[in-house]
Amino acid sequence: MKIINIFRRVGSFAENKDIARDIRIKEIMPAIESGKNVILDFSNIDAATQSFMHALISDLIRKYGNEILDQINFKSCNENVQKIIMIVTDYMQEGI
Amino acid sequence: MKIHLPNSAFIGNIDPFLKNIDFSDNQKLEITANQNWIAVHPVVLSMVAALGFPVKPKNIICKTLTAKSAHYLQRMGLFKFLGTESGINVEEHEPAGRFIPLTQIKNSEELSYFIKEIIPLLHLQPFQVDPIRYVVSELVRNVIEHAASQTGAIVSAQYYKKSNRIAIGIVDTGLGIKKTINQSYVANTHLEAIRLALIPGITGTTKREGGTEYNAGAGLFFIKTIAKVNHDFFMIYSGNALYKLLKTGSSKLHADPFDDNHSKSDSLPLWNGTVVGVDISLSETKEFSELLDLIRDVYSKTIKERRKARYKKPKFI
Repeated sequence: MKIINIFRRVGSFAENKDIARDIRIKEIMPAIESGKNVILDFSNIDAATQSFMHALISDLIRKYGNEILDQINFKSCNENVQKIIMIVTDYMQEGI
Repeated sequence: MKIHLPNSAFIGNIDPFLKNIDFSDNQKLEITANQNWIAVHPVVLSMVAALGFPVKPKNIICKTLTAKSAHYLQRMGLFKFLGTESGINVEEHEPAGRFIPLTQIKNSEELSYFIKEIIPLLHLQPFQVDPIRYVVSELVRNVIEHAASQTGAIVSAQYYKKSNRIAIGIVDTGLGIKKTINQSYVANTHLEAIRLALIPGITGTTKREGGTEYNAGAGLFFIKTIAKVNHDFFMIYSGNALYKLLKTGSSKLHADPFDDNHSKSDSLPLWNGTVVGVDISLSETKEFSELLDLIRDVYSKTIKERRKARYKKPKFI
């Protein structure tokens, strides 16, 4: 199990797409490819942009299919962060 | 170039100001203003700053400003930005926390700093700050990623206590929306390019549904939605075209911006780059979570409709 604390990387407002992409490429994907499950920990994140979330997870759904969502858990998301995640996962799955 | 600051230019009545800009001879900039009063949206100041920034200060002529309110331009940092003298002695009328002066943002780090350190200076409640930092982040990232603007994004904002709203202007002198959208979609006019850029899921980086790993084509749609559901003004000016979301009309979300109550023009002087102005009413800000529900619905429907439009039809003979 790989736990990734988002707040430590971006602070309370998750908007920096460059960091989101780095997290995906350098941390999430290697963990997934070695068969681990991933917990994205959103504790202390007040808000996130759609662009941040897109850069963080969209390519995982495109590369691995929607089954990847069984391997990723989104922890301690507030209501708005949950909704942003749902928007991105919806449109990525509808676009597959 | 010549630019005249009228006595009033906000998003609702900005059209005459835009029509009167003279872009000829970009080595020089002449700024004139109404002699009695100047009250302008921050987007106007961001435009003047963006136009004047590449011009040598010695080639910037600013006619003596006699309007009583001209000190506002000084407080917003216009003359400092242009490297010219205004001759105005500023009296400290504006209390701190009412405005964000003209700021140049060229990269991701500067944007993160601006969001973390500058926006809090407005001293707003967290629920009021959410849409502001959202709007600034998405718009400035568009500039950084797509505009190829040598001067980056020029940002300014003003809080109006009486109407309890924040006005934001974000301007660049880069490629403009048409060139960016045309990398993946056919837009024959600047107005059509603006329309496409506002439709969710359309990005200049790819024609593929869902976008690239880095771009989804949703940022402008989100921002137009924030303005729409709160009955606020929103404008985009790029090339010779202006799209303006009007305050009136139903709150129903539409994927196509031309289905919203709007005004448009495609015969304005040619702005090389993109100008975005938005107002956010802080007293009426609809809960961000409700807004996200609306976006989710419309976004899904739009993608389904777009996929359906690509279905091949069976031939019955």
